[in-house]
Amino acid sequence: MRKDQDRAKLFTRRAALLAGGQAFMFAALAGRMYYLQVIESDRYAMLADDNRINPRLLPPPRGRILDRFGVVLADNRQDYRAVIVREQAENVDLVLDRLADIIGINEDERRRIIKEMRLRRAFVPVKLRENLTWEEVSRIEVNTADLPGVAIEVGQTRNYPHADVAAHALGYVAAVSETELTGDPLLELPGFRIGKDGIERSYEKVLRGGAGSSQVEVNSVGRVIRELARKDPEPGEDLTVTIDAGLQRFLYARLSQEVAASAVVMDVQNGDVLALASTPGFDPNKFAAGLTAAEWQSLIENPLKPLTNKTIAGQYAPGSTFKMIVALAALAQGLEPSHQVFCTGETSLGTAKFHCWKKGGHGSLDMVNGIKNSCDIYFYDASRRAGIDRIAEIARLFGFGNQVGIDLPRERSGLMPDRNWKLATYGEPWQPGETLVAGIGQGFTLATPLQLAVMAARLANGAHAVTPRLVRTEEEPVFRELGIPEEHLKLVQEGMSRVTNEPGGTAFGARIQEPGMAMAGKTGTAQVRRITMAERLVGVKKNEDLPWEQRDHALFVAFAPVGAPRYAIAVVVEHGGGGSKVAAPIARDVLIEAQRRNSIGDPALQHVAEGA
Amino acid sequence: MLATFESTARAKLRPLQKLRLISWPMILLAGLVAGIGFVMLYSAAGGSFDPWADRQMIRFVIGVLLMIGVAIVDLRVWLRNAYFIYLGALLLLIGVEIAGDIGMGAQRWIDLGIFQLQPSELMKVALVLALARYFHSLEAESVRRILPLVPPLLLIVVPALLVLKQPDLGTAGMLIMGGGALFFAAGVRLWKFGVLIAAGLAAVPVAWNLLHDYQKNRVLTFIDPERDPLGAGYHILQSKIAFGSGGVFGKGFLLGTQSHLNFLPEKQTDFIFTMLAEEFGLVGALTLLLIYTVLIAYGFAIAMRSRSHFGRLLALGLTFNLFLFVFINMAMVMGIIPVVGVPLPLISYGGTAMLTVLIGFGLVMSVYVHRDSRIGRHYGEEG
Repeated sequence: MRKDQDRAKLFTRRAALLAGGQAFMFAALAGRMYYLQVIESDRYAMLADDNRINPRLLPPPRGRILDRFGVVLADNRQDYRAVIVREQAENVDLVLDRLADIIGINEDERRRIIKEMRLRRAFVPVKLRENLTWEEVSRIEVNTADLPGVAIEVGQTRNYPHADVAAHALGYVAAVSETELTGDPLLELPGFRIGKDGIERSYEKVLRGGAGSSQVEVNSVGRVIRELARKDPEPGEDLTVTIDAGLQRFLYARLSQEVAASAVVMDVQNGDVLALASTPGFDPNKFAAGLTAAEWQSLIENPLKPLTNKTIAGQYAPGSTFKMIVALAALAQGLEPSHQVFCTGETSLGTAKFHCWKKGGHGSLDMVNGIKNSCDIYFYDASRRAGIDRIAEIARLFGFGNQVGIDLPRERSGLMPDRNWKLATYGEPWQPGETLVAGIGQGFTLATPLQLAVMAARLANGAHAVTPRLVRTEEEPVFRELGIPEEHLKLVQEGMSRVTNEPGGTAFGARIQEPGMAMAGKTGTAQVRRITMAERLVGVKKNEDLPWEQRDHALFVAFAPVGAPRYAIAVVVEHGGGGSKVAAPIARDVLIEAQRRNSIGDPALQHVAEGA
Repeated sequence: MLATFESTARAKLRPLQKLRLISWPMILLAGLVAGIGFVMLYSAAGGSFDPWADRQMIRFVIGVLLMIGVAIVDLRVWLRNAYFIYLGALLLLIGVEIAGDIGMGAQRWIDLGIFQLQPSELMKVALVLALARYFHSLEAESVRRILPLVPPLLLIVVPALLVLKQPDLGTAGMLIMGGGALFFAAGVRLWKFGVLIAAGLAAVPVAWNLLHDYQKNRVLTFIDPERDPLGAGYHILQSKIAFGSGGVFGKGFLLGTQSHLNFLPEKQTDFIFTMLAEEFGLVGALTLLLIYTVLIAYGFAIAMRSRSHFGRLLALGLTFNLFLFVFINMAMVMGIIPVVGVPLPLISYGGTAMLTVLIGFGLVMSVYVHRDSRIGRHYGEEG
């Protein structure tokens, strides 16, 4: 009995110790609870939210592009696409069979759909078909009951109602490439498109807008349970450009009659680009939808370079359109405008012979008539008097040799050579004969059609440094004067007027006869091959007898109306032959159309300026 | 002797009288815990009785009836049959082991139709019964010697090794710790525990070398879940996030984001306490811990109050088992110890665990009902 009591006592002591141990352990549990749920609570609450809350980006609708009168040049089209959710479809094969009867699904499509479905989770919608027509959409809608899991989603696709007409000015949008990623998550959104060229690229920031966001609650496998919060995207701003869609359409159609050509029409006063076209063109809508590899190949392999905006990236010898610059340079060096040069059809410098384009020669000519007849002999003389450095200096004032700074990507600078340039580039001194060649716009000199248009505009507006633009800024720019004496300018303008308006002028045949619309211009023909002495002896081959790619480029620059100029134009027809025959009539037609339409009238732009 | 008379008088209590002597507060507390369990299972199913809460309720009703049945059976009957029960449990354990070896995979249970019986769960009760009987019969002096401690040691080690082989580290640990607690309560000298623990640690490398590589891997992942960051490691991290994000007052009933969005694994079984902590916060978690504490204290009080050594050891051993259940489960979901697959008693969904715990309660109550029985040291040895 006593033993049992001892045993009980010992048991009680040990049980008390055990109880104490348990109490200690439970206290430790309570301490851990306090640590997790009070001290570390905020951190874990945040981690729990990170787990369940998935921020989703909402792409903003892209801003529209409108012409100066408010005509839509680019907007967004509702894009209907059919998707299928596997878990709702139950029998996917059956649903696809039925769908094939309705909208026609071929074996390749079917394989892609099934493959994509296997890769994704059962609740993720898989694309069946994009860009559905209204008819297809309604046929699917009518049969919804037989198509479990199939849904129509609405997206937005960039739409260019004028298709290829303004493709080079507007550019296009396409999927973001890896090198364009900036860390902005919006760019990583599947299907997001950004401006790749033209205005779409230059004004990407304005047009894009700001991403919205939606916070959705997801479960551990990523299924969306509900939307917790939403910030709507900030739509991109509409952009009004200086283009006149009507004139643009006219210009593009007119240029399309040639194989490859480009032209710019601009306002000589404020630099508004009214039309800018390059042919052959392309349809930017195809880029928005996504080009096939074959379509892309054919675009970039086309020798006529449809993707290149030739008005800013095509570089051509300016030919005779450069003669106004040479005239101004010679005047600046003190040449008397009344000074007569006698043209026999050829002249020589040292042992080298230089020819006029007119075989028999022009006879005696002063400066104005030199321009009117585009006499090469006169300008050999004038350039010799002016010197290459002076010619280059004046040329740069009028926009040659540097980018003029239009708000488009990929503008090229052309080339205006001088003595330093020759030495630095070739390590050889400038040759006197090269000055003569430069004097008729051949040789090293290269210019873009835009630079030629800028030259025409600056000649027309009293030698102000007007700069072309596609979008107006809030403040109207003030263009500096180029410091050309007015009487010099008047002489050149008079010469250009005679080119088109006086019988015998090189473009008299392309004159504008409509009252008050007359243009002043200058033809140009840029040789792309070397004419040998032997050929000269038997007679220079006519362009029509040459293969296309060896024919001369046809150029023409002009402004209108004479007396109160407002429009300037430059036209370049690649391998078109003579400037007077091919380029001048285009300029004539376009300038008539511009004045008839009154393209510079700009209610929409006025409105923007007042509203701002 | 008066005492002997008293014990025989008590022994002749009729079942109806015994029902009045049953510890109703204990049933009430068990019901309270189970009730919390039903609420959590309802939440785990996303606000539905199906598929867990309803079945758990049925099991609880069956279990409570079983518990009362066990409680009114004379303590002497349990004493007499302690070794048989142990032997039965051991045979079942070996049975599952053989079945598993034959090719049914790592199976820990026997399908009984209505529920799946886990012999290892049964062993937790059977071991306590057997040890209580052994120490009850042992002379006080013998406890101080070494040789008499060998048989009870084997009683622990054999099933522990079998369970470990499954491998079920949690249950093996519980068998060893539960058995150890009985050694301690029986009065075994403290230094002997020291020697045993040291010997056990020394045996670890030997045992380790006997394991296959895949077994080693499994054990390593048990000990260090970070080895498997997308599996076990992911689970414990999500459990801690759920636990901590509950804060002081919780996210509200049915509003636990981690639980309901399936970030929390096994929320109806091993991790149900995490779900409770997420939805009811520190307040809810502490409340449940407090209820368990009261339940365990009650069990200890019953053990102290018993006049028989068998009763004392039985009640203490079973109560300590309850403590181990609670501690290991809570500690593992809070990331204090590795995840070893021990359910939270009366709350986690599962048949065997609930029945085992309720049968354990029944035995504790039997100790309470027969608290004044004096049972001789040699009782049962001849019968």
